[in-house]
Amino acid sequence: MWDEKVIQMIIEGIGETMYMTLVPTFLGYVLGMPLGILLTVTDKDGIRPNAGIYKVLDFLSNIFRSIPFLILLILLIPLTRMIVGKSYGSNAMIVPLTIAAAPYIARMVESSLKEVDHGVIEAAQSMGANTMTIVFKVLLMEARTSLITNATIVTATILGYSAMAGTVGADGLGAIAVRYGYNRYQPDIMIVTVILLVLLVQIMQGIGMMLSRHFDRRRTR
Amino acid sequence: MEPIIKIVDLHKDFKQKDMDVHALKGVNLNIYKGDIYGIIGMSGAGKSTLVRCLNFLERPTGGSVFVDGRDLASLTEKQLREARKDIGMIFQHFNLLMQRNVVDNVCFPLEIAGMKKRDARKKAMEYLEIVGLSEKAKAYPAQLSGGQKQRVAIARVLASDPKILLCDEATSALDPQTTKSILQLLKEINQKYGITIVVITHEMAVVQEICSHVAIIDKGNLVEHGTVEEIFQAPKSREAKKLIYQGYEKVAEMKGKRCVRIVFHENSSFEPVIGNMVLAFKAPVNILYANTRDLDGVAKGEMILQLPEDLELGDKMITYLKNAKLSVEELEDYVG
Repeated sequence: MWDEKVIQMIIEGIGETMYMTLVPTFLGYVLGMPLGILLTVTDKDGIRPNAGIYKVLDFLSNIFRSIPFLILLILLIPLTRMIVGKSYGSNAMIVPLTIAAAPYIARMVESSLKEVDHGVIEAAQSMGANTMTIVFKVLLMEARTSLITNATIVTATILGYSAMAGTVGADGLGAIAVRYGYNRYQPDIMIVTVILLVLLVQIMQGIGMMLSRHFDRRRTR
Repeated sequence: MEPIIKIVDLHKDFKQKDMDVHALKGVNLNIYKGDIYGIIGMSGAGKSTLVRCLNFLERPTGGSVFVDGRDLASLTEKQLREARKDIGMIFQHFNLLMQRNVVDNVCFPLEIAGMKKRDARKKAMEYLEIVGLSEKAKAYPAQLSGGQKQRVAIARVLASDPKILLCDEATSALDPQTTKSILQLLKEINQKYGITIVVITHEMAVVQEICSHVAIIDKGNLVEHGTVEEIFQAPKSREAKKLIYQGYEKVAEMKGKRCVRIVFHENSSFEPVIGNMVLAFKAPVNILYANTRDLDGVAKGEMILQLPEDLELGDKMITYLKNAKLSVEELEDYVG
C-alpha cells in the first residue's frame, strides 16, 4: 500500500495544500489589508472618522465572516466558475478561500493597528503628518510585530479551510485524508496526512514567531 | 507688540453619551515671543484640552486661536499641517516611535517635511548632540530611561525648527532629579533659540523653576494670570493660593489609617530615604515606630510609617519605597 504512487500523491498533496494556503493568504491580504486600514482610519476614534464608510465595511466584513466556510464555498460556485472556468481543483479553491480570508484579515489588521498607542499618532499629527504618512510610517510600522503574529494565525486558519475544501472538490492533504480516511477507511494514510498538516502549521507558526521577534525593537536589549 | 499666541474667548465642549462636558469656558490669554508660559491647574481643569487647542489637535467649539497673527480656524487642512511644523509638542509619555531607533525618531519630522534621508540624519545627529544623547543614536526607545526618552522627544521637536514648543505634562512621569535636568534643558532652548514655550503642569515647582509667566486654570476657566513673581507674591484667587501653598502645607495631625512597615536591608546609612520621599511628594509621613542602626555604613532595621489619607499618594509612596530597595508591607488596623 505504501508504494511509490501513494508517496507521490502525498508529496503532491503537500504542494497543493501549500498552494491553496499561501496564494489565498496573499490575495486575502491584497484585499483585506486596505479594508483593515480603512476600518481603523474611519472608526470614530480613528484619524479620519467617517461613520458611513465604517458602518458599510463593518457590516460587510461581519456578514462574510459569519457564513461558515463550507457554505460560502458552495454559495460562491457560480462566481468561481466565472473566474476560473470550473468549480473543482486547487485553482478553483483560490476564489472562495480568498473571499473567506479577506474580511477575516481585515479584522485582524484592524485589531493590530488599533493597538498602536494613540499618543504616538497624536505626536505625528502635531508634527504635521498627513493621513498617508500616519498610516504607512506610524500605524503599519509600529504594529508590525502584531501584524506578523496575526498573519501566522491567518495562514494556519486558511490551511484549515483548504483542508475542509477537500470534502467538496479541492486537492491537497485535506482531500487525501477525506478520500482515504473517510471514503475508503484507510486510517493509516489519513493519520499521515493529519501529521503532515500539523507539521505544516507548526513550521509556519515557527517562521511567523521568528519573524515577529526579529522585527520587534521594543525589547530592552 | 503682537502676541505670538492669542487666545480669544476659547470654548470647548465634548459631547458624551448623556451629558455635555464644558472643558473650556471662554479662555482669553496672550503669550508673547520668548515667554515660558506655565499653565497650571488640578487634573480635570482643562489644561490638556487648552494646549491641544493651540495646535488644533482639538478643534475648539467656540472662540479663536491666533498663532503668529493667523487664525488657525481659517486654515485649510494642508495649511494647518504646515502651521503645525512651527508648533512643536512634547508629551508626558514621550510618544516616541518604539520600532525606530533614536536617530530615526529625530528624523521623523524631517521626513514629513520631505528632507533627503542623508541630510535628515546629519541634522538629527546635531540635535542629539544638543540634548546630550549622540552616543545613544542607534539605541531603541525601549532601552532608554524616561529622562533620555524625553530628551529624544525634545531633539525630535527641535529638528523642525519650531517657533513654539508646547509641553503637555512633560516632566510628570519623571523623578525629581530628572525633572530638574529636563527643565534646565527647556530653559536653555528658550534662551538659545528664542523658542516660546508653553508648559502645562499640575506642579507649582515646575512653574517656579522655569516659567516667566503663569496662568491658573480651574474648571475650564482661567482664574488668574501674570508674571510668576506677581502671582507668587500676591496670589488673589483661591485656586492660586491653593496651588501655591500646596507644597508648604503643615499638617497638624495625621488622619490616615494606612500604615506600612518598612525594613531596611541594603541602603546606605547616609541615604535619607524617608526625607527624600517627603521632599519628592511634598507630603508628610508620620514615623510611629523606628528601630534602625548603622552597620558598617549600611542601614538595618525597621520603621512603621503612617501614610497620608490620599489613597493615590499613599500608593505612590509605597512604590517609591519599594523602588528605594526597602521591603514594604501594609499593616491593617495599626492605628484606630
